[in-house]
Amino acid sequence: MLALFYLFAAISVISALIVVSARNPINSVIALIVCFLSIAGHYILLNAQFLAMVHVIVYTGAIMVLFLFVIMLLNLNKATEPMKSLGMRVAAITGGGLLFITLAAAIRHGVSIQSANPFDAGIGLVRSVGHVLFTEFLLPFEVSSVLFLSAIVGVVMLAKKEKHQPNASVEPLTEAERARRTA
Amino acid sequence: MIITTAILLLVLFVITLTVAAYSTYGERKVAAFLQDRIGPNRAGPFGILQPLADGAKMFMKEDFIPAAANKRLFILGPALAMTTALLTGVVIPWGGELTLFGETFKLQGTDPEIGVLYVFAIASIGVYGIMLGGWASNNKFALLGAVRAAAQMVSYELGLGLSIVALVMLTGTLSMGGIVDYQIQHGWNVIYQPLGFIIFLVCAFAETNRAPFDMPECETELVGGYHTEFSSMKLGFFLFAEYTNMFISSAVIATLYFGGYHVPGLDKLGLDPNIATLIGAASMFAKTFFFIFFFMWVRWSTPRFRFDQLMNLGWKGLIPLGIVNMLITGTVYYLSEFWKG
Repeated sequence: MLALFYLFAAISVISALIVVSARNPINSVIALIVCFLSIAGHYILLNAQFLAMVHVIVYTGAIMVLFLFVIMLLNLNKATEPMKSLGMRVAAITGGGLLFITLAAAIRHGVSIQSANPFDAGIGLVRSVGHVLFTEFLLPFEVSSVLFLSAIVGVVMLAKKEKHQPNASVEPLTEAERARRTA
Repeated sequence: MIITTAILLLVLFVITLTVAAYSTYGERKVAAFLQDRIGPNRAGPFGILQPLADGAKMFMKEDFIPAAANKRLFILGPALAMTTALLTGVVIPWGGELTLFGETFKLQGTDPEIGVLYVFAIASIGVYGIMLGGWASNNKFALLGAVRAAAQMVSYELGLGLSIVALVMLTGTLSMGGIVDYQIQHGWNVIYQPLGFIIFLVCAFAETNRAPFDMPECETELVGGYHTEFSSMKLGFFLFAEYTNMFISSAVIATLYFGGYHVPGLDKLGLDPNIATLIGAASMFAKTFFFIFFFMWVRWSTPRFRFDQLMNLGWKGLIPLGIVNMLITGTVYYLSEFWKG
């Protein structure tokens, strides 16, 4: 088990490094897919089978397919790396360094923290996840589904062609007109 | 335990490959029958050695990689397609319990609690082989095929998922073995979920890229679609993966909606348990072969959809139907619980 953990951990870290360092966007996407699969492996090691499978279906199977889809449609085959300005670089290095210090400090003080509850091997099974979701966390669960619904309605609004004005003027809409149409 | 599982998986592997190979022969014979021809009849009696001859031909052909292709991904594509096609068979219950040499084991690789989701997860990864292979070819027809495959599979996964949700509400389990057990006690799911079954079947055609939904390789528009640039055994792997997927999809349909290895009335005959298990396994394969035949039957008798028709059917037809089916299932379930008290 421990060997498997180190194997998955190594795959996760190395593939995550490739995601940010690869010059070709398609290599980044493939490395990210590998990274997600190895994280699903971690979930299975924790006996969270449901989470692992949903993770694979949603992230690896749907979201990454859309990433790949966009890259293919835009044909980002060549390595494109726009040069960043000096200010951007300084800001990025400072931000990354501060995050690194915070993480290092957190890990240094975090190793001795005991978990509040002993690890329950059944916590990630479908039955327990479903039970908790529909009793203790029912309200957040429903609220997040409303959030998804509003996102879906928004996308349909944006994607819908306006059939009434096939030759509508291309002039930018006024603020009032835009508000009227989205209402 | 590990040894029996390993032997079972090896047998399953060999059976899957054999069935996939002979599906190509079956397809040509079915096509010939539907078109009033004879079909392959030269290699061996009734052309029975045709798949071997085809395989030998595939290996002998020149393995060509286009100069402008992304070489690594070009090789990864067919390998991934074949690997993901072979992964699903593990969770399908092929039969009941078999007792040999005082040891009892199930004719199923493994029965995880989330078997149905596993089938889904593998199906959703399955598209990468086609996408990467098609994109890496650096050919516009292959790219169009790959993009179509991605759009089609992501769209039809939703309909597939909604039909499965209703099924899971009914059976109360996500394990493939559990779903078969439920059907043994209550009758086959197709009786309770006829609409869900039709949605699932249509989506299965789209997920396996079979006609009338074979847009990704639509030869009248895209030469060969995603596999235009592939030759030799790389092409062979793509075609083989399609037949493997067809076999596995048929087995999943038989398991989820047609009772899996359940034969009605078999338990009343008082047969030896081992023989009953073998008959059950045979019935499972018979159901699976029927659906493979059904896939072929549809392919050779139904014209191909247009891509916009395919998308309309998926998003405006099957997804609303799936939601309606879910609502009906939920209402009926609630009312039946209510009346029971």
